[in-house]
Amino acid sequence: MADPMRIRAQVAGDKATVRVLMAHDMESGQRKDGAGKIIPAWFIQTVTVTHNGKTVLTAEWGPAVSKNPFMQLVVKGVKVGDKIGVTWKDNKGGTRSDEATAT
Amino acid sequence: MRMTKALSMIALVCLASTPAWAQKTVTESIEEYRAMLADGNPADLYEAKGEGLWKQKRGPKNASLEQCDLGKGPGVVKGVFVELPRYFADTKKVQDLESRLLTCMETLQGLNAGEIAKTPIGKGEQNNVTALATYVSAESKGMKFNLPQAHQTEKAFYEVGKRLFFQRAGSHDFSCATCHAQENTRIRLQDLPKLSSNPGDGVGFAAWPAYRITPGQMWTMQKRLNDCYRQQRFPYPGFASDATVALGVYLGVNSQGSVSVAPAFKR
Repeated sequence: MADPMRIRAQVAGDKATVRVLMAHDMESGQRKDGAGKIIPAWFIQTVTVTHNGKTVLTAEWGPAVSKNPFMQLVVKGVKVGDKIGVTWKDNKGGTRSDEATAT
Repeated sequence: MRMTKALSMIALVCLASTPAWAQKTVTESIEEYRAMLADGNPADLYEAKGEGLWKQKRGPKNASLEQCDLGKGPGVVKGVFVELPRYFADTKKVQDLESRLLTCMETLQGLNAGEIAKTPIGKGEQNNVTALATYVSAESKGMKFNLPQAHQTEKAFYEVGKRLFFQRAGSHDFSCATCHAQENTRIRLQDLPKLSSNPGDGVGFAAWPAYRITPGQMWTMQKRLNDCYRQQRFPYPGFASDATVALGVYLGVNSQGSVSVAPAFKR
């Protein structure tokens, strides 16, 4: 199973700054290994962010996004104690979901 | 609204490739780039993984590392990193963080320490050692280095480390001191810390383990030192070898009183 994400959601006024760090190799499919063989592409394709279960962001990613990607977004209407969930799916069918409480 | 968020996110991803602005010096721009990325330091991921591994029951003995003695008694993690390497009575050796973790993995969990040390860094169980070292070092973030030098062996390791630091050899007649014994030097854009004296807070010994953005890897001090030897065209001294621990004692004692910023963030 994939390693956990790190999600922080800080409330300021009626908005929350959500910062997400995901653990993923994000292989572009362009690199070669020590034996000269191409390392197959392996990257996150879709990212979904939810606020108390309601989707607030969906993103489609490609192989150009860096390894261990960092994403930051501002969500309106978040109160302290609300749940912010993040889910990613990669092109090999791997997926990971984590949740954090807004502070 | 969804569109705006997606766009601002893309903008953030792109910032990393923004060229240096005309008025700023190259060093300032690099500092700015580092500050921007430090907020999302992927070392956090290794720290979280390491904390999980510390508490997880693993190995033939199905035990966690929570009874591991890193110098301040079994199970104490906070503040141990800034007092390592130190002498351990049970192993009768001076050990740094990584070599001590190997000892604990062997005695508590029944894993083969020799086998792990021989595994290339970045493969198999070595990844777990890196994550554990990141977690332990993070528990001492912001604390000052205070390596013990009371035991005779610790003093001997300091002297050996000093000798190794200044020893010139290899095909290029290099020593650590060739690059790290003068003020205000650099290789390309990398400032070289002067390690033969105290380089200050969060520099040199006080800046590892660190996440290196270029290879996208978490590096411990063991990896740093072994790779320094590779750059000097020496053979690897080996993971958790006495030579690397001795150098660690020399660098650590020199950094006495400096603040540890590990896990740090490097280019």
